[in-house]
Amino acid sequence: MADGEARISRAEVEHAAQLARLALTDDEVEQLTVDLAKILDHAALVSALDTTDVPPTSHPIELTNVLRPDVPRPGLDRTEVLAEAPVAEDFRFRVPRILGEEP
Amino acid sequence: MTTSPSASAIAAAVRGGDTRAIDVLEEHLARIAGREAEIHAFNTVLEDDARATADAIDAAVAEGRDPGPLAGVPVALKDNLCTRGVATTCSSRILEGWKPPYDATVVERLRAAGAVIVGKTNLDEFAMGSSTENSAFGPTRNPHDPTRVPGGSSGGSAASVAAGFASLALGSDTGGSIRQPAALCGVVGAKPTYGTVSRYGLIAFASSLDQIGPFATSVDDAALLLETIWGHDPCDSTSIAQPTPSLRATLDGGVDGLRVGIVEELTDVDGIAPEVREAVEAAALALEKEGATVDRVSLPSSEYGLSAYYLIAPAEASSNLARYDGVRYGLRVDAPDVATMNASTRDAGFGAEVKRRIMLGTYALSAGYYDAYYAQAQRVRTLIVRDFARAYERFDVLLSPTSPTVAFEFGAKTSDPLAMYLSDVCTIPSNLSGHPAISVPWGTGASGLPIGAQVLAPALAEPLMFRVARAIEVAAS
Amino acid sequence: MTTTDVSTNWEPVIGLEVHVELATATKLFCGCRNEFGAEPNTNVCPVCLGLPGSLPVLNEKAVELALRLGEALQFTMPPQSIFHRKNYFYPDMPKNFQTSQYDEPICLAGEIEVDGVRVRITRAHLEEDTGKSMHVGGGGGRIHGADHSLVDYNRAGVPLLEIVSEPDIFSAEQARAYVTELRATLLALGVSDVKMEEGSMRVDANVSVRRVGTSKLGTRTEIKNMNSIRSVQRAIEYEIERQAERLEDGERIVQETRHWNEAEGLTRSMRSKEEAFDYRYFPEPDLVPVVPTDELRARVRATMPELPLAKRARLVSEWAISEHDARVLLDVPGLTDYVDAAVGALTDGTPRDVVNWASGEVLAHLNDSGGTIADVALAPDALAELVGLVAKGTINRGQAKEVLAESLRSGDRPAAVVAARGLEQESDTDALGAAIDAVLEANADAVVEYRAGDDAVKKKKRGFLMGQATRALQGRANGSVLAQLLDERLG
Repeated sequence: MADGEARISRAEVEHAAQLARLALTDDEVEQLTVDLAKILDHAALVSALDTTDVPPTSHPIELTNVLRPDVPRPGLDRTEVLAEAPVAEDFRFRVPRILGEEP
Repeated sequence: MTTSPSASAIAAAVRGGDTRAIDVLEEHLARIAGREAEIHAFNTVLEDDARATADAIDAAVAEGRDPGPLAGVPVALKDNLCTRGVATTCSSRILEGWKPPYDATVVERLRAAGAVIVGKTNLDEFAMGSSTENSAFGPTRNPHDPTRVPGGSSGGSAASVAAGFASLALGSDTGGSIRQPAALCGVVGAKPTYGTVSRYGLIAFASSLDQIGPFATSVDDAALLLETIWGHDPCDSTSIAQPTPSLRATLDGGVDGLRVGIVEELTDVDGIAPEVREAVEAAALALEKEGATVDRVSLPSSEYGLSAYYLIAPAEASSNLARYDGVRYGLRVDAPDVATMNASTRDAGFGAEVKRRIMLGTYALSAGYYDAYYAQAQRVRTLIVRDFARAYERFDVLLSPTSPTVAFEFGAKTSDPLAMYLSDVCTIPSNLSGHPAISVPWGTGASGLPIGAQVLAPALAEPLMFRVARAIEVAAS
Repeated sequence: MTTTDVSTNWEPVIGLEVHVELATATKLFCGCRNEFGAEPNTNVCPVCLGLPGSLPVLNEKAVELALRLGEALQFTMPPQSIFHRKNYFYPDMPKNFQTSQYDEPICLAGEIEVDGVRVRITRAHLEEDTGKSMHVGGGGGRIHGADHSLVDYNRAGVPLLEIVSEPDIFSAEQARAYVTELRATLLALGVSDVKMEEGSMRVDANVSVRRVGTSKLGTRTEIKNMNSIRSVQRAIEYEIERQAERLEDGERIVQETRHWNEAEGLTRSMRSKEEAFDYRYFPEPDLVPVVPTDELRARVRATMPELPLAKRARLVSEWAISEHDARVLLDVPGLTDYVDAAVGALTDGTPRDVVNWASGEVLAHLNDSGGTIADVALAPDALAELVGLVAKGTINRGQAKEVLAESLRSGDRPAAVVAARGLEQESDTDALGAAIDAVLEANADAVVEYRAGDDAVKKKKRGFLMGQATRALQGRANGSVLAQLLDERLG
């Protein structure tokens, strides 16, 4: 990336907001474009490192095969669960209409 | 500063029937009544629940039963630890009013040990911050100087112990969120090895970095609390089956013959206050006097730690926080369709810093950027782990400042996210490597504000780490 | 343009993605029950509801079932598999990410023989199912035009195995055969109960066509919402035709997802507006890798049932039954074991007799009652008893049907039913002879025509007389004795 060029564009911020389901105001988008560019400039240090042959670490400890026996355990009381729902109806969680099909 | 008597002394007195738990609690509640309005350490004070627990403990003792190793000890919990039937907010509007239907594993263990839970403490929203200024319910003030921050994100827990509101507290540490506020509030705070304390019931910020740990006024009390919460949990797949070490039994073993390395990159870091560097050097000298050998050591990749951390943690957070969507619990802002409802709820429910990190994490994981940012940061993580491994070939423990500065004033860093992020520069490497680290008070600076020294140790070397911390504590007093 | 032109000019290439719910007692990452049809939101806990602070722990049985399929279809077992998070927002997904295996699945590169042809299977991987939405108001339960939706999370977190084939399938008929064989295999292995109507098996098809004689793959569409094996074949047939016609007309195929509409018999594009998906996969930090250790694989192999291909071959030779009969048996969970038990209890009669009754009357009873083999009141050894009664000549086939119906209904032993109803068949030659004589006398014309007629006439008239005699004896006659006596008299 050339010097002086913003590391992230307003359109990219808007796209990320869509993926993250955040209804940002124009001012928020504006501010985030500035903030993220700054942080990403700092992150460029990392991007520039030569890490050929360095494997990624996704877990700080090395464990494998942590498994649970297939034995049922009591779950939660439905009344208690639905009491936390913003809107419940017919023993289910009610949501406004869904516009898109599941991907 | 009025602090609580030591937790071990309280527990011994309550178990022996010499002191009543309810009296201990009332002393603490009185201190809360006196100063909480100014400090704002708590989101919730559980006076009634705590009194009922204290009464039950006293009844048990009267009947000749042992309530456990923390009998009658008032403990504060960071408000990102789930408590059954008690509001757990993460200091966020999006979870305001939510009452979990279950207790976190650490909370279960505290209850079983006879602890009295006095309240839920304030934090930076979802543990994202280094000053507790990012709480949706207002900041916590530093008990040493109410014009200054207590550090963060576990600022409420650190302040509650420093102000004597609780004898012990639990916090969570993702990039320094226990150790940095401990240093700024002049108390002991430890992050144990990743996997030794169950995360079940800790509301996730960044899953591969988060660990729960103790706050206390002494190294001994911190060890007591860590021993209580330590141990394998089948509900956490990343929990390791490691027997609980007797941290307290070896606490006074001294440092004679131990090799201590001062980490250059974390001590000579940009922006470090000279008084902080001098304090760490003084602590090293004290250890040398006790028979340790001290030398300087380099962790060359640690200078990339901050950048790597600020890619990994937001990436994981962006996914962990996706569940707050207005469907099942918490806040909902109505809208005609579900996607708009989700987006409006999240915009209204999250504060600026949380949104910033969600956006950063979403971007770092998105198509075309994953390799350059997230995957690259995970490789840097490997480099840091390797640096530590090399250092521990020559040294038993490492030493550094906990925070580059003493407690700063409100608003000093809120306008520049990067400046705030730099507060974590000394603590982040241990989170990336999963290793334990502890902050111990080492005197005060010119302003009279506390300074913390950080002891870092290899994985599962907590007994050694606490021994060194104890030696520093003794030398400091 | 005629259908013939279309099908001779264009060759379809098909790959199938089959999702099956695993036959575990609990969900993939928590101890909630994995059951169909429970009251809404009763099988839920902090983990499968995605409550803050909850963490997943992988179900051991789900891993074993995936490895069982892996062993059976000769998959490569990679040294480790890991889970990723697939991030997207959807209200039936409690965490707004799906925990799924992505670039390191549990099984890689297997194959299955379908009617003598090998189909390569790219991979099989574990993932969690989503909850279920009910759409209220507007278009009769459909998502489009609904006023709002109601979500039930009982299914959220149910373990799924996704089995992805290579594009090795070249006709709708072959696609049907592949799904049929895979389904039989999964059933025999106990990996899943594979009920398409309950959604425990779901099939998506990737379909493209290319000009005959070329090798480059055409643009594909993904077909969803096929609710039976028959609709898999119909939907693919439709889609092949649709694509070929478009291409013949010089149009282009759009890469898209299309819904099969069973009632209208066509596929329809699902996209109302293009929404960008970017799943932001990254390794699930709350789970650790799965390593198929020697110990784990040995345990899986030790509990490995026989595969359908081998089992069919064995049944055909051991029981002297047809390939078709063997398929019918294997298609119904538990039926083969039932027959096996009955064959083991046989005193008279053949295994084939048992199979005939089982795949006929017993299966019909199951279909009528809607139950499973476990609900059948008739014990396997009681079926063997019935076969014995027929073989010994105690009752004839017609009577046996009546007895079996009663035994299936009440669970009473066939011998007891025969005794209670006085159904023992008549084998006495005097009694049968007298009845035949009466029939011949009353139908003298027929006897004359029989004697004068050619083979065809003889056959017809004999059948008629036999029927009359049987009726005169009210169906109780021993058929073979009766036939013998009739033939003697007709000369």
